[in-house]
Amino acid sequence: MANVPQTVASPVGSPIAQTARKGWAFAREAPLLPMVILASILFLAIFADLLPLHDPEVSVKDKLTGRPVAGTLPPAWMDGGTWRMPLGTDFQSRDILSRVIYGARVSLIVGLVGTLAAGAIGTVLGMLAGYMGKWWDQVIMRITDAWLALPTLIFAIFLASIRGAGLWNIVIILTLVFWSRYARQVRAEVLSLRERDFVKLAEVTGASRVRIMLKHILPNVMNTVMVLFSLTIGVAIIIEASLSFLGVGVPPPTPAWGLMMADGKGPLIGGDWWISVFPGIAIMLLVLAANLLGDWLRVRLDPQLRNR
Amino acid sequence: MASETLLEARDLTKHFPVSSGFVFGRVQGWVKAVDGISFSVAKGETLGVVGESGCGKTTTAKLILAQEAATSGQIEFRGQDVTSLQKHDLMDYRKSVQVVFQDPFSSLSPRMRVSDIIAEPLEVHTNLSKQDVKHRVGEVLELVGLQPDVAPLFPHEFSGGQRQRIAIARALATEAQLIVLDEPVSALDVSIRAHILSLLERLQRDLGVSYLFIGHDLAAVAHISHRIAVMYLGKIVEVADSLKLCNDPKHPYTRALFAASLPSHPDEEKEELVLSGEVPSALTPPSGCRFHTRCPFVMPQCSESEPVLKEVEPDHWAACFLH
Repeated sequence: MANVPQTVASPVGSPIAQTARKGWAFAREAPLLPMVILASILFLAIFADLLPLHDPEVSVKDKLTGRPVAGTLPPAWMDGGTWRMPLGTDFQSRDILSRVIYGARVSLIVGLVGTLAAGAIGTVLGMLAGYMGKWWDQVIMRITDAWLALPTLIFAIFLASIRGAGLWNIVIILTLVFWSRYARQVRAEVLSLRERDFVKLAEVTGASRVRIMLKHILPNVMNTVMVLFSLTIGVAIIIEASLSFLGVGVPPPTPAWGLMMADGKGPLIGGDWWISVFPGIAIMLLVLAANLLGDWLRVRLDPQLRNR
Repeated sequence: MASETLLEARDLTKHFPVSSGFVFGRVQGWVKAVDGISFSVAKGETLGVVGESGCGKTTTAKLILAQEAATSGQIEFRGQDVTSLQKHDLMDYRKSVQVVFQDPFSSLSPRMRVSDIIAEPLEVHTNLSKQDVKHRVGEVLELVGLQPDVAPLFPHEFSGGQRQRIAIARALATEAQLIVLDEPVSALDVSIRAHILSLLERLQRDLGVSYLFIGHDLAAVAHISHRIAVMYLGKIVEVADSLKLCNDPKHPYTRALFAASLPSHPDEEKEELVLSGEVPSALTPPSGCRFHTRCPFVMPQCSESEPVLKEVEPDHWAACFLH
């Protein structure tokens, strides 16, 4: 018996074409609702400048007089509304629809960049703690424990009051708030990975620790990181909105959903509900879509659920 | 058979501390996983190591692979002491000694392509160009009976037997002289085992590698090994030529092992020798001969003094007072 006949089919196409095909097949499995919501929000946020929208930061002028429209206008389908401003205007006569769409930029930038940065820092620290062990583990995990004990929002307000308001400051704040969740989760995953035979095999071969972490550990924790990423995006967006609502987030007049809700909280009592309800719906839709997608990813990528 | 010694272990010992308490635990005792064993592997030879779970087989493998530091004793590889090697010289040893693990589903990273898995030892130990590495990967894939064009695939696209072939191909990539086979066929279907075993034999014939074959399946170990060492509770109780050991086992434990293995034919006459009780704890091994608590031929002296491994017949060593 020298050669056993092989039944393995040779791969079709280049590795890139294969990866692309797999990626497409994967995307097609994703649930429709969150994908549609996310795709439309992304589209609107990216191409907002090309859409026929009013300037979100300037009062809408009256067509006849050329002066700013006085007071707030209700949505178009209500008495006194006009289709020029389909979702109405706020007390500074700014177009709500335009502000909601431009506001998506702030939420997406802060949510994506903040969680990405937190994910990168947390993953590196988690891998170091989990794989290097000993004092690396002790030092990193004690800091992480302490960090996790901080009340998130209070800590964010504290940072905001030091760093001042601003879009990129919120990104930094979110990074500082969220890295510890990644570190903890990744470390736990690495602890079980380092006992697997393929890591032992690499050690016996004499591969360096850096090589083992990059080539063997990292690709295998990416699933966990991806899931955590999609699940924290929603929380990050909520925290951004909360900070803006409290006045320590994005400074006015930049359109941000949290800021718009804060603007609308007075008029809300007077019956002008549209100022804060529409950005509220936007937040809800975006966070809901992110969470639904994260939930699906968690089940889809969980090695334990998948291998069964 | 070539008689040039490749690897020699002398009085190899590994004790693991057992500590209690949370932070500043005191050492309560020592698990004597491997307790003073000596053996040698010649060039082109297969030494089988058998014994039940917990007898120290796997710890022995870890010591040979320099994954664990020995408590005492020496391992000599081509006349050089391995236990005292520093990081730099250790790399040369790691290039020459490779391992194949039991479970081919755990030993191949699910996220790496076959070509990357096999190329890793080459990337770590050599400065070959990408083209040369690719060439070598194709070469070793052919050596283990796989098509070179499976290189870009991922491990999950293969069966258990094929995965084990990939693991063997990886071990061969840097032209290792000694391959530690840690139960390489235990996780495979019976029909695949024979294929893998004859592949290993063919590779040994063609390339002259030595094997340290660790297993609990006597039939598989006896089939492939030139010599067999039987371990019990961290000690080697019998070493002999494979044929001699199978036809005329001397130590009662070896006899019990053979009696317990499945006969190759239902009508085959076998010695009735069933051991009672469990393997004693390696934390507090029995006094004297470690096997005396379960031995059917126990004598008063067995619990008092420990029998040493002595040559009872030419090239047949056993540690028992019966001989």
